[in-house]
Amino acid sequence: MANASPQNSNDELSDEPIPPMQQLLDNPFALLFLGVAMPTVLYIVWGVMEIVGIPIAK
Amino acid sequence: MAVNRMFRVCPATGFKVHEPAEALMKINAVTAVVALLVGGILALLVILTRWQTVHLLPADAFYMVLTAHGLNMLVFWIIFFEVAVLYFCGTVLLNSRLATPTFAWVAYALMLIGALVNNYAVMIRGDSSVMFTSYVPMGAHWSFYLGLILFAVGALIACFVFLGTLVVAKAERTYNGSVSLVTFGALTACIIAVFTIAAGAIILIPTFFWSIGLISHIDSLMYRTVWWGFGHSSQQINVSAHVAVWYAIAAIVFGAKPMSEKVSRGAFLLYILFLQLASAHHLLADPGLTSNWKIFNTSYAMYLAVLASMVHGLTVPGAIEVAQREKGFNKGLFEWLRKAPWGNPVFSGMFISLIGFGFLGGISGVMMGTEQLNLIIHNTIYVPGHFHATVVVGTTLAFMSLTYFVIPTIFRRELMFPGLAKWQPYLFGLGMSGFSLFMMGAGTLGVPRRHWDMSFAGALMQHEFPATAWLMMTLMAITGLVAIVGGAAYLLITVCSVFIGKKITTPGFKHISARDNAAAPVSLPNVVVPSHGNIGTAGFVAPGTFVLAIGFLISFVLYYFVNWKYLSTVWPLN
Repeated sequence: MANASPQNSNDELSDEPIPPMQQLLDNPFALLFLGVAMPTVLYIVWGVMEIVGIPIAK
Repeated sequence: MAVNRMFRVCPATGFKVHEPAEALMKINAVTAVVALLVGGILALLVILTRWQTVHLLPADAFYMVLTAHGLNMLVFWIIFFEVAVLYFCGTVLLNSRLATPTFAWVAYALMLIGALVNNYAVMIRGDSSVMFTSYVPMGAHWSFYLGLILFAVGALIACFVFLGTLVVAKAERTYNGSVSLVTFGALTACIIAVFTIAAGAIILIPTFFWSIGLISHIDSLMYRTVWWGFGHSSQQINVSAHVAVWYAIAAIVFGAKPMSEKVSRGAFLLYILFLQLASAHHLLADPGLTSNWKIFNTSYAMYLAVLASMVHGLTVPGAIEVAQREKGFNKGLFEWLRKAPWGNPVFSGMFISLIGFGFLGGISGVMMGTEQLNLIIHNTIYVPGHFHATVVVGTTLAFMSLTYFVIPTIFRRELMFPGLAKWQPYLFGLGMSGFSLFMMGAGTLGVPRRHWDMSFAGALMQHEFPATAWLMMTLMAITGLVAIVGGAAYLLITVCSVFIGKKITTPGFKHISARDNAAAPVSLPNVVVPSHGNIGTAGFVAPGTFVLAIGFLISFVLYYFVNWKYLSTVWPLN
């Protein structure tokens, strides 16, 4: 690797499979889904369910 | 449909700038600065009223001014500027054209109309002094909510124009591999903005219907819970955007490369996943929501976002240190920092923003996010002290320092008053840091936020604050005035430079017209990261940053435990 020309290095790099994490980070719409789904479920839906579950005063 | 592919090459930076995107960046940035001017004038009135010796405004005017100040600063100034940042990161940094400039103009028009309508409701009608939070059942005029909804729809369209630009750039292969780290930071801000605006729509649209009588009742706890998904997350957009600006300025001023792209991108991913959950810390004192929900959202999850902020706080100065040491500033721990260009407002503003955000905003944010400790300072003036450290010292100052780079490159004007520009970040940054600190000090002593008269003159139930609290409020006002002078200097420099500054004309200036399916020629950066060579000491390439990080951690731990000690004294548990 150390003695390879830049062209060869680039070719070798382009042949390597892209790691799954990088595929995720390169996909803006997957990130958009995660970034909206996580707080929607953990903050809003969970919070709203707790409020809905409060007994109404008689 | 004809696609405008007109680019110009910036002679100073080599950037290829898409002209329709450039016009949109300019108009959004200029509108942002106008909102900052309005918000700044209102800030002066707020300070001079809460400074009890002056006590300028009567109560009703104070609450009206405070409402307008919050909205103009926290929403309009910041989000107009962030849209300009999104367009810059999507087009200039990726050598791409902007997707659908027409929709971007529609977005701008909606945001502008929304901002005007909201300001009309608050300042001209005068019947919507409901604060930034606008908690029900306290009602505002319907135009207050309509203005916010229009603004949010416009901002949402702008986010999708940015996402569309990423698609265009990828399809037209204007960059190789992954988008740049700065653009990734802008993407993070964009994603958080989409959630923020959706949360705002979920609660503000029914509230608008309530204000015109179509809905009879809105539950106040439901409102608060969903509203904070909008209100707090909107400030998380700022965090992501200003961190992206830090990385950009480190690269612009020093040619610094991130210490580890993987780690920095991982930190932005933590922001995407967890940052918005911190909204729950506004509800820590509310009955009805369980401790499970509160603790998970504020502690378990938020600490992952805090971890991400600490990663950025370490890697940005670390990257600067490595770049400086490679230039030969390699003596001792801090030669790299001493020899940094402290007279360049692009750098000094960014570095004060980084330190202020971390030490003042970050540490106080974690303290406030702890359920038990939150009781000490809930609804006191500590809270605005915290968010002035994050949003004003952190975000606003970072945006100000970016402006000093943008004026010659995007606006193509020479900076006017360069001597004043050199001092402006110090006036604003240090003034605002003192302002935040003294507010936090007064809040720790129990001084309430959003309160017209802390002397409670004529009130049925009296309360006397300790003399130190009065001293803190006076010091807050004085340092606040210093920050106002710094803000006025920024407005003077930017407005004069943009409108009457000397035009930069360069023989190298040229337009490029690229045909359909042929992207603008791109000079790609070298993807091979060279080794750092023989720099640093004791096996650390950035030992100075390591020492700063240790100092930060010690401050963090000490402050956290001091507050537990304080809690034990205010709770009569013995």
